[in-house]
Amino acid sequence: MNLILKNGRLFDPAQGLDQTGDVVVQGDRVRDLGTDIAAAGPGVLDCTGLIIAPGFIDLHVHLREPGFAYKETIASGTRAAAAGGFTAVCAMPNTNPVNDDAGGTAYLLQRARESGHARVYPIGAVTAGSEGEHLAGLGAMREAGAVAFSDDGRPVMNAQILRRALEYASMLGVPVIEHAEDLHLSAGGSMHAGAVALRLGLRGISSASEATMVARDLLLAEETGAHIHIAHVSTAASVRLLREAKTRGVRVTAEVTPHHCILCDEDATPYDTNFKMNPPLRTAADRAAVVAGLADGTLDAFATDHAPHAAHEKLQEFDRAPFGIIGLETALPLGLRLVETGQLSLARLVASLTSAPARAFGLPGGTLASGSLADLTVFDPAAAWTYDPAQGASLSRNSPFAGWKLRGKAIYTIVGGRVVYSARTPEL
Amino acid sequence: MNAHPEPAHVLGIEGLPLARIEQFLSLAAAFQKTPPPRMLTGKRLLLLFYEASTRTRTSFEVAARRLGAETVSVSAQASSIEKGESLLDTVYTLRAMAIDGIVMRHASSGAPRLVADHADVPVINAGDGMHEHPTQALLDGFTILRHRGSIAGLKVAIIGDILHSRVARSNILLLSRLGAELRLCGPRTLLPPEFAAYGKNVRLYGELEPALDGADVVMVLRIQMERMHESFFPSEAEYVSRFSVTAERLRAARPDALVMHPGPVIRGVEISAEVADSPQSVIREQVENGVLIRMAVLHTVLGAKR
Repeated sequence: MNLILKNGRLFDPAQGLDQTGDVVVQGDRVRDLGTDIAAAGPGVLDCTGLIIAPGFIDLHVHLREPGFAYKETIASGTRAAAAGGFTAVCAMPNTNPVNDDAGGTAYLLQRARESGHARVYPIGAVTAGSEGEHLAGLGAMREAGAVAFSDDGRPVMNAQILRRALEYASMLGVPVIEHAEDLHLSAGGSMHAGAVALRLGLRGISSASEATMVARDLLLAEETGAHIHIAHVSTAASVRLLREAKTRGVRVTAEVTPHHCILCDEDATPYDTNFKMNPPLRTAADRAAVVAGLADGTLDAFATDHAPHAAHEKLQEFDRAPFGIIGLETALPLGLRLVETGQLSLARLVASLTSAPARAFGLPGGTLASGSLADLTVFDPAAAWTYDPAQGASLSRNSPFAGWKLRGKAIYTIVGGRVVYSARTPEL
Repeated sequence: MNAHPEPAHVLGIEGLPLARIEQFLSLAAAFQKTPPPRMLTGKRLLLLFYEASTRTRTSFEVAARRLGAETVSVSAQASSIEKGESLLDTVYTLRAMAIDGIVMRHASSGAPRLVADHADVPVINAGDGMHEHPTQALLDGFTILRHRGSIAGLKVAIIGDILHSRVARSNILLLSRLGAELRLCGPRTLLPPEFAAYGKNVRLYGELEPALDGADVVMVLRIQMERMHESFFPSEAEYVSRFSVTAERLRAARPDALVMHPGPVIRGVEISAEVADSPQSVIREQVENGVLIRMAVLHTVLGAKR
């Protein structure tokens, strides 16, 4: 099937492209970029006033299937991804069972083929059961399709195990993703350790609990020459360490979430568990530092850490409720808010959603270049709307942004030349 | 359950209007002079205690009964809570049994707020995690007022495990609002610097003597022995040597300084027996005043027409 996207603003940081024009899609590939390509009919999408970008890639998503289908399924999670403009998501392995062997990885890919609305790239566990003691079946998972390894949700506390994982994964040509958190420093904590936690009487998670692990991880990456990816960076100290390491040529990439770029601990409604996530919302200074890190490329990717939880799980005492918020459907407008306020260029935002994550994990896509995969995100940067999680595609509602007035929305999400999401249903 | 305007909860000293604080204090004083009639006859108060407590629960129970209210006690150890029922489900179930108010203690900070957000009856916080214990602060303030007539300008030293103490938090907020100068003293591990901004006119001390210097009130907090295993301080002996309030150290304070302790007192650790039992000690009076303050709170909150 052919598809022609007419008269949009072609925006592809990978090629330095920013011009009005058309995109011709043939099969699952971009065939041509041009202007005034004569076309009409059902395969033509009018993109006047819209931005046509490479498909967004989210490096950090929890799809919860198998094991927690009441929170999210591959179908619902990828539908939420498509609605947010994401054409591909990397799925964390902390399901039940944990994705720690080739069977688990193959199952995920099979379910994604059957019910997915976006591409799903499996991330395998670093250690068996993510328990931190023995390496999981890394080679077999890689062969089955894993694109990276992580015990996300927890760190690999044992430095020797992490070192070996880095060495082994580098042989397989993929990164190890580290959830950087010293569990001794963060034990019992439920929000950032600071004046707000003190006032609310909540045990704190110090900034050092993240930064000390980032420092350790960088030293191990440097010593092994392997590629480490630091997940959801939240502190100014981590950004400083990463910037310095990148300058020295350490093979490291990193991501930051929209919520850590937009909110700080003082913004949280006291005891509202929709503001409980790990790492926690930090200080205003940390928030500014991660945004600066995203702007200058120290932090490569804008990733959601989409973490769905059922309402009854969140409706608990703050210290008992699980960590995590959903984020696939709000990432784009929250990123555009950074652009609107002058903290980030549009080119850098789009790059952090497309070419940078593709490069970090060696994934296809991330560009509009002729011949590349026809994964495309068409969005309206000016569309004003009010976010209501109940109207979203995710099975869960746990977002601190409920009721927020947002600007910017995906209009078409196209995966492999197929429109998987349209805000203009009649045209489909 | 959210159809009505929010009832008059007492969740913490933070957010409690000064006028209401003064109302509680003056009502308690009035009740001390003239025992009140049974103004809450026919009302049913739920005492929901998720943490073991003898003195606070009994104090609320006595206060409620003196006002004629009926009390229903539920503790976590003997209920469906132990079977894993959620806090809100427990509250919904108990609410269905015609309850007019809830007094609750819980190990999680903010738990009373969660209940208040979903209940259409007043919720009174009887201690939540490391957050607040507002009626304890009110009874402490009331006790100081009985002896000093005013709180403005008084030098109040609070000694011990400030970090984990809801009593300290509520007292800092209350006493600093009423114009006291607060000196917080304890091991640095239990006294993060952020406490300096917790109330107005608050200073932090790592040594006892300067904190006690010229103090009008010496408020000693309980040290929980389990803290030692968490390495907040090296040993009980070392804590005692640096922070135990002894008669000798108390000489740095004013000769008529009030000695207070929220109890239970472990003599010889945070405070010597000599000091705890000295004429300056108002520890037993705090317990008596606790009933008066809780009567004032229950009367105001449950008696108010809605």
